[in-house]
Amino acid sequence: MRKKLLALALWALALLASCGPKEPAVVRLMSHDSFGVSEEVLQAFEEEHGITVQLLPSGDTGAALNQAILSKDDPLADVFFGVDNTFLSRALEAGIFEPYDAPSVEKVPEQFRLDPENRLLPVDYGDVCLNYDKAWFAEHDQAPPSSLEDLTRPEYAGLLVVENPATSSPGLAFLLATIGRFGTDGYLDYWAELRSNRVLVTDGWEEAYWGQFSAASDGDRPIVVSYASSPPAEVYFSEEALTEAPTAAVLADETCFRQIEFVGILAGAEHRDAAEKLVDFMLSRQFQEDIPLQMFVFPVNPDAQLPDVFVRYAEIPSQPATVDPAAIEANRERWIEDWTTTVLR
Amino acid sequence: MDDHRAKIVHRRILYLVPLAFLIVFFFHPLLAILRVSLFPEGQLALEALGELVTRPYYAGTVWFTTWQAALSTLLTLLLGLPGAYLFGRFRFPGKQLLKALTTIPFVMPTVVVGAAFRALLGPHGRLNTLLQALLGLDAPPIQMERTIWLILLAHVFYNYTVVIRIVGGYWANLSRHTEEAAAVLGANRRQAFWHVTLPALAPALLAAALLIFLFTFTSFGVILILGGPGFSTLETEIYRQAVVFLKFPVAAALSVLQIAFTYLIMLAYTHFQRRIAVPLRFQSQRQTLRRPSTGRERLLVALNVAFMLVLLVTPLLALVERSFAGAGGRFTLDYYAELPINRRGSVLHVPPLQVVGNSVRYALGTMVLATALGTLSAWQLTSPSPRVARRPQGGSRWTRWLDSLVMLPLGVSAVTLGFGYIVALGRLRTSPFLIPLAHTLIAFPFVVRSILPVLRGIHPNLREAAAMLGASPDRVWLEIDLPIVGRALLVGAVFSFTISMGEFGATSFIARPGGSSTTLPIAINRFLGQPGALNFGQAVALSTILMCVCAVGFLFIERFRYGEIGEF
Repeated sequence: MRKKLLALALWALALLASCGPKEPAVVRLMSHDSFGVSEEVLQAFEEEHGITVQLLPSGDTGAALNQAILSKDDPLADVFFGVDNTFLSRALEAGIFEPYDAPSVEKVPEQFRLDPENRLLPVDYGDVCLNYDKAWFAEHDQAPPSSLEDLTRPEYAGLLVVENPATSSPGLAFLLATIGRFGTDGYLDYWAELRSNRVLVTDGWEEAYWGQFSAASDGDRPIVVSYASSPPAEVYFSEEALTEAPTAAVLADETCFRQIEFVGILAGAEHRDAAEKLVDFMLSRQFQEDIPLQMFVFPVNPDAQLPDVFVRYAEIPSQPATVDPAAIEANRERWIEDWTTTVLR
Repeated sequence: MDDHRAKIVHRRILYLVPLAFLIVFFFHPLLAILRVSLFPEGQLALEALGELVTRPYYAGTVWFTTWQAALSTLLTLLLGLPGAYLFGRFRFPGKQLLKALTTIPFVMPTVVVGAAFRALLGPHGRLNTLLQALLGLDAPPIQMERTIWLILLAHVFYNYTVVIRIVGGYWANLSRHTEEAAAVLGANRRQAFWHVTLPALAPALLAAALLIFLFTFTSFGVILILGGPGFSTLETEIYRQAVVFLKFPVAAALSVLQIAFTYLIMLAYTHFQRRIAVPLRFQSQRQTLRRPSTGRERLLVALNVAFMLVLLVTPLLALVERSFAGAGGRFTLDYYAELPINRRGSVLHVPPLQVVGNSVRYALGTMVLATALGTLSAWQLTSPSPRVARRPQGGSRWTRWLDSLVMLPLGVSAVTLGFGYIVALGRLRTSPFLIPLAHTLIAFPFVVRSILPVLRGIHPNLREAAAMLGASPDRVWLEIDLPIVGRALLVGAVFSFTISMGEFGATSFIARPGGSSTTLPIAINRFLGQPGALNFGQAVALSTILMCVCAVGFLFIERFRYGEIGEF
């Protein structure tokens, strides 16, 4: 009898969890794990519209997008945030987004609006750039690199750590920066030179930054591929109050790659109205001003004011390297394969 | 007679519970994702699969996955066996604490362990600095980074406890009489070990080997973080194909390959297992454990303890130390003090106590579910069916088949299963209930492997005697099997608790950070995602808290006594 009860309880548990009551005023926002918003800002939106926002962070960008694609017949959410320009074409091809001509998108600068049909609307951007350990370069009386070519010179031998583009999104972004800079027929030669200059490759940003970067770990690599917003994060999340960032980003022309992140309404969204309101909100000044400290990227809305720590410590490269999203989708795998052959095998 | 039949029917229904669980939470999602991936437009994606055969890279990956797992298993068994002897034969002060400490590595996140290894063994690590100073060397003598050695070392570090608990626990219940008899008959120590002890231990050794092999066969974090991009296993390749290239057919085909391998391994295991199982007379630990008495024994215990401290405890201590080290290496409590503070007012911030509470709740839930399901499965796998009466050790073809099925969850990539949940589980896929259910899937094979060797070793005479004296089958189970198997059941319980506390791969697919579904590994991972000393410091502080919670959990579970249970 007791055992039967156990079996029954198990099933009840499964059933109970599977049929919660449906609330009409809930909008579900699926995203990658780096999504963030402050309580205050989100609450203001919820109160104004009588909508409850349910957040569904779902792993890194690739994993989250895959989940959205796989659940296309029975969507997990109404709105998806976090597709970036390296995944843009793939996401659009999968046909999981519906167009929404949000009124406020008109204000967003042209360079960020990559989908003319407005299935994916730009929300924020951030540049993947080389970061260096200021103390190391001061101590060794050496100038930090000022171009990608510098990294192939003998004095920078054994100093650089990058992420594997096959497993890491900043890794892919940096590979794209080199493709933007040297073109599809020149980038492999560049990487071959980096390889003979003893570049170190890790599989993820975490291992590169927390494992190998001399400014943040016991590692001995003073140059790392990270974000232009990493120096302000170093100040904001420092253990002691700092007046100067311990690291800096290299911002020279064509050394960085710009990641733009998009939001879109999922096809088959249960609550289209509420979803539109949420998208409007994410483009509004209030949400846009919340972005920098929550996600350490920059808002696309030019009216948004940056927080103090960004104004003081963050810089934006004026001319990042660019690669067309359609070209990325068409060649991603081949580029990564060729890179792997050149650098790792 | 009718009553008897009704009982048999009841038992059959009960047997179906673990099977039903596997079908709903394992086979259904797995088949769903494989179908969607392999047949994208209703037709087999042959084109995408072609490259699996044509590119030698994949064959290389399969080969590397297999040999590194075999070597890791062998090394862990060899290094762990003396430890198992220590725990299986001796009483000494601090034994429980040492046992708890040896289990902690099992739950630690790889990024954090990588940092600890680097602090000790890296180019600027303690050991290299010390050796350089002692020997007057210019370059660090130990260069393990990104070599297979670091992968092997990490696998030993993570899985050592499996040998200690499964083999050591089994050893502790082996009667000393047989060895003593061998000695009386003139066997020397070595002969007694080879001809008496080792054959008796074989079922537990084999079970431990199987678990370690499957764990290292599906190794992910260790390969990516400590091995670096030069190494890839089937598990890391599945991740790359599915998450980066979004090539579902290839990822699914690799998963099928992984599952097929696991199944083959299981078949080999059940084959050997059948040959080596011998009925044994188990004894209570009161009779088998004693204090080391001779000088030789004391030395053995001391060396063993020293080895475990160096291998398992120093990396953990390095982490604890790091969690208190502020800028310039001075002592600080800042990282701990920062944990409850939500300085950005983020909706996704979860206070540390709540995170610990979530983790412990899921771990206890997993423990209860996994032990219940594991016991039912093990019981079913040993209960003699009429046709093969008197051969409970071997089991029928049906039980061997079932035994292999039970182990499959350990051989399936977390990515595949995670996506399977998304495709197949409807509303349940965003429910926090799914977390302990997914953990149970990974934990209950451990419970089965912990108790099955003991259950199969119970001498049939004991059960027959009880039955002859008029005990019903249920009564026999309750009075004979359960007390003898009790200790092994506790081992299984500790493992399920541990697996749930440390699980990251599958959880990252179903846990939605924020609120009630943030577990400790998920929260640690979140801190590691952004630059700034405070973030890394908080990740290490949370890891230290994870260690402490686990240690307390182990000590608490092991104190559990109910009648004879736990004495054995």
